[in-house]
Amino acid sequence: MKIVIIDYGAGNIQSIKFAIKRLGYEADLSSDAEEIRNADKVIFPGVGEAGSAMRMLRSTGLDKVIPTLKHPVLGICLGMQLMCNYSEEGDTKGLGIFDADVKRFDNSVKVPQIGWNQITNLDSHLFDHVENGEYVYLVHSYYVPECADEIARTEYGVNYSTALHRGNFYGVQFHPEKSSKTGEQILKNFLKLELRTKSDEV
Amino acid sequence: MLTKRIIPCLDIKNGRTVKGVNFIDLRDAGDPVELAAAYAEKGADELVFLDISATEEKRKTLAKLVLDVAEQLNIPFTVGGGISSVEDVDILLKNGADKVSINSSAVKNPDLINQLSDKFGSQCVVVAIDAKNIDGKWKVHLVGGKVPTDLDLFEWAKEVELRGAGEILFTSMDHDGTKNGFANEALARLSEELNIPIIASGGAGNIQHFQDTFQKGKADAALAASVFHFKEIEISDLKNQLKTAGIPVRI
Repeated sequence: MKIVIIDYGAGNIQSIKFAIKRLGYEADLSSDAEEIRNADKVIFPGVGEAGSAMRMLRSTGLDKVIPTLKHPVLGICLGMQLMCNYSEEGDTKGLGIFDADVKRFDNSVKVPQIGWNQITNLDSHLFDHVENGEYVYLVHSYYVPECADEIARTEYGVNYSTALHRGNFYGVQFHPEKSSKTGEQILKNFLKLELRTKSDEV
Repeated sequence: MLTKRIIPCLDIKNGRTVKGVNFIDLRDAGDPVELAAAYAEKGADELVFLDISATEEKRKTLAKLVLDVAEQLNIPFTVGGGISSVEDVDILLKNGADKVSINSSAVKNPDLINQLSDKFGSQCVVVAIDAKNIDGKWKVHLVGGKVPTDLDLFEWAKEVELRGAGEILFTSMDHDGTKNGFANEALARLSEELNIPIIASGGAGNIQHFQDTFQKGKADAALAASVFHFKEIEISDLKNQLKTAGIPVRI
């Protein structure tokens, strides 16, 4: 299985690579469109500011490549947010894969949210062997309000969609690579997704 | 619900943990990687590595250590100690650190906070503040609390937030090492006046102190070293008692 982590200059990519290695797989970093298209699994990370991350994607042409991918894609944190229609952060137009607009937490809670919070309303094979209410590690100031693509929910001042799914695209607001055993299970589930998706479609 | 975090702090010198650590089940308690993995297994929510070495090789040794820790650890970790430039931070984040903590360098060059949060995002910028209560006024201190400044703790904390810090790690020099509890009044005021998470540090001696700093001090996280290293407090016992007291924790 070929696993590619999209490398466009954003984020703590090393940790994701290591987390995949701990599961017994190897992942390659790449910004090459062909290599990304040919991967069996694609991970789209992202840490930092939405506007500048989107500019980096556009300058490499990857903004055109990602929405056309056919294999399972997992957006993590800002990666997931960039897969939405729009983000308030930097007034940024996203990739339009998920039908949602990203908003900033209001000041009734501390921003950023940093730490371990629960995922509930789990509704995807991505969460096989994960119990409702398990804890994951989150660091973010912007969130996806509850939407139709939701496959997991978290509460922080408001209920919001902490994981999304549409077709072959998945997104998680939390960091599975930093979420202890729960995160490892979720990453493992993602890496095993394809066969199941195919049989589901038959 | 977002939980309160428990953060063991490891002092590092030349790539090894310094303070005597009483972990009899470890093959090598001086090995930061093995110690970090043990803490993750015991339920620590995060770890802080504070590098206190002062050699010319420091940068290289620390980068290598960060890479080794990132390879093994499945929880987040912060690296601090002598970080003074965007380049320093770039190297540490590229090697797998989740956050960096800056202290004296932020006071000497406050613009560093802006530069770091612009380039890497505020989520990875922790500003550590050491302060001492002098005649009723909390004054910021440098160099591990040895050098006083004219800066007021609360004013400096607000400036730090405005400049883009994602979190504040506040150590009370009056409480550090006393094992008499955290500086909860100052902590609560920080939490009320600011809108970013506050990590309490300095003074942990027993489980009640943690409960107090979350309830009275309104802290979002609590950091400690010796009580964990010498097994005076087991993280599992601590979390169970906090849970019983109605404080949200990850168990």
